[in-house]
Amino acid sequence: MFDQKKYQDIYRTLYLIRRVEEEIGRIYPSDKIKSPVHLSIGQEAVSVAVCSALDERDAVFATYRSHAAYLAKGGNLKEMIAELYGKQTGCAKGKGGSMHLLDPSCGFIVTSAIVATTIPLAVGYAYSLKLKKSDSVVVVFFGDGAVDEGAFHESLNFAALKKLPVLFVCENNLYAIHSHFLTRHHSDNIFKRAASYGMASECLKEDDLGVIYQRTKFFVDQIRQGSGPAFLECYTCRWREHVGPNDDFHLGYRSEQEVSHCKDNDQLKKIRAEIEPSVIKKINQKVEQQIEDAFIFAEKSPFPGKEELMTDVFKD
Amino acid sequence: MERILTYPQAILEATKNEMSRDESVVVMGQGVDDPKAILGTTLGLLEEFGPQRVFDTPLAEDGMTGVAIGMALGGLRPIQTHIRMDFMLLAMNQIVNMAAKMSYMSGGRLNVPLVIRSMIGKSWGQGPQHSQSLYPMFMNVAGLKVVAPSTPYDAKGCLIAAIRDNNPVIFIEHRLLYYQKGPVPEEDYTVDISKARVLTEGSDITLIGVSSMAVECLRAEKFLKEVGLQAEVIDPISLNPIDIETIIKSVKKTKHVVIVDNAWVQAGFGSEIISRLWENGLSSEVKVKRIGFAATPCPTTPTLEEHFYPNAKGIASFAYAMLRPKEKAWEPSTKLEIEEIEFKGPF
Ligand SMILES: Cc1ncc(C[n+]2csc(CCOP(=O)(O)OP(=O)(O)O)c2C)c(N)n1
Ligand SMILES: [Mg+2]
Repeated sequence: MFDQKKYQDIYRTLYLIRRVEEEIGRIYPSDKIKSPVHLSIGQEAVSVAVCSALDERDAVFATYRSHAAYLAKGGNLKEMIAELYGKQTGCAKGKGGSMHLLDPSCGFIVTSAIVATTIPLAVGYAYSLKLKKSDSVVVVFFGDGAVDEGAFHESLNFAALKKLPVLFVCENNLYAIHSHFLTRHHSDNIFKRAASYGMASECLKEDDLGVIYQRTKFFVDQIRQGSGPAFLECYTCRWREHVGPNDDFHLGYRSEQEVSHCKDNDQLKKIRAEIEPSVIKKINQKVEQQIEDAFIFAEKSPFPGKEELMTDVFKD
Repeated sequence: MERILTYPQAILEATKNEMSRDESVVVMGQGVDDPKAILGTTLGLLEEFGPQRVFDTPLAEDGMTGVAIGMALGGLRPIQTHIRMDFMLLAMNQIVNMAAKMSYMSGGRLNVPLVIRSMIGKSWGQGPQHSQSLYPMFMNVAGLKVVAPSTPYDAKGCLIAAIRDNNPVIFIEHRLLYYQKGPVPEEDYTVDISKARVLTEGSDITLIGVSSMAVECLRAEKFLKEVGLQAEVIDPISLNPIDIETIIKSVKKTKHVVIVDNAWVQAGFGSEIISRLWENGLSSEVKVKRIGFAATPCPTTPTLEEHFYPNAKGIASFAYAMLRPKEKAWEPSTKLEIEEIEFKGPF
């Protein structure tokens, strides 16, 4: 499916994200990260596949569950960990935290803790690109919960109406916190609803990185040529609890089996199988070092001083 | 000869000025390109600047506010319109959770140059859902600027300043102000959107009126003159931040202040001003009074509506009672020339 270099790039990113989040989980009980974390473990393939099909000029909007998308788009790792630690050197000087990661320097524009709020922002951003006759594409990630919100529908309608260069990517992990999609909706047909607004739309049920990459590439090329928006519904699976680093099978809203079934389909393992073990070893070593450096950087960085409280409310 | 424009003409002129000067300025909202053109304030923009920069929107206040914020992040300077402020309630999520927070929660890496114009309705049966004036809600939010100029001169200067501002600005227009005429220079100018304006000077009492209530205060000032009292009328213009220095200076002189909200009294502009006066050491020696909407939804029938809103006569009566506590109550008699007051400057 990919050439060896692409396999290695994809593996490196997948492994980085998995390991960073495992480290976050490991450090979490120390309370050095004093804010909620929504881990993407199990869902990384969607972010990595989609972002691998983008260029630097493309823009990404996402949610509070964005560690994966941030890193997949090339976000600065040190600034991310420092942000989780609430440090001055964080990507938002500690004023945002895990739910508000951003790195505009690589096109990772906005994330938000309010469900569905970045969808219209992505659409507006796409409007500005179209007005500037730019050939960049906007991608917005959101969960199945966002489909419940009015802003989702309002945004799709407007994007289709104005033929805007935006790819909507729904990470359907079946749950909004602990509520199953079918307790919130009559039918399991998200992608069909998107299509009804007037855009190309597909549902990818198999959570296969290669397939997601291929379909993203296809749609992004079309969008660049002026097709207007497109929609990808990607079934995926969150392995850990909704918020925090642990399992949550004791809650009983889903079975351990449901998740272990997903774990059998781990895309990290699948991609790893395409690469020489000696190469894997090298990549892993490098990534581990990078992660260690990032945590040390965060630990050593200063907290923002009191004078920072009042800055950045307005821009001059 | 001074050039006289109406309030909506001033708004249109400011918009045209900025759209011609800066390609990134875009106008969007329900009906901006229809024949009525937001009571004339967007008239001709479509023809002059084209449908990409002037466009009608679906009836999707929350989503379209998000779209406007996204446009601002992408380098545009959108002006979004709401023909009635009541409809902004559907956009509170995007305004409060997103626009107001973007700069801060990004550590200053992002900012949202966005103007949201909205109108307050009144009379002829606007009723409970077409007459609300929700600025106290926005005054309470860090990260928003809120302006409500009352004169055509300030409408033009403040709107230009708001468009050039790098932050979200809630720009509030009262429908009754649309009948106001006043001098408006043709050239490009800005008015500082963080400063109040003293409309008339006086030494006996300070009258502060928000938006169209500044005009009611000017009328009250005329009534008061007839009984020998000199009122200083202030248009606060900026409701967030508040130019408290200008108000303190006036109240130190007059020792009496009536604050007329264009909204319900509780937790309103008046409440905020009185708190600030106290915090600044002006307490026992100053007499204060807040006036505003009755604590009810706005009734539709005129006989009830009449009692719902403050008016010039009522303001004058309060002022009189405050200044002449020992004398019996006074109510001015109706005078047509005062009813039809237009603000003429000076600036
Ligand atoms: C507007 C809004 N309502 C409720 C919440 C509380 N909340 C936080 S996450 C979440 C679940 C969202 O589920 P989904 O969109 O599927 O994303 P996932 O967490 O599964 O990635 C909810 C309801 C919120 N943050 N914002
Ligand atoms: Mg979900």
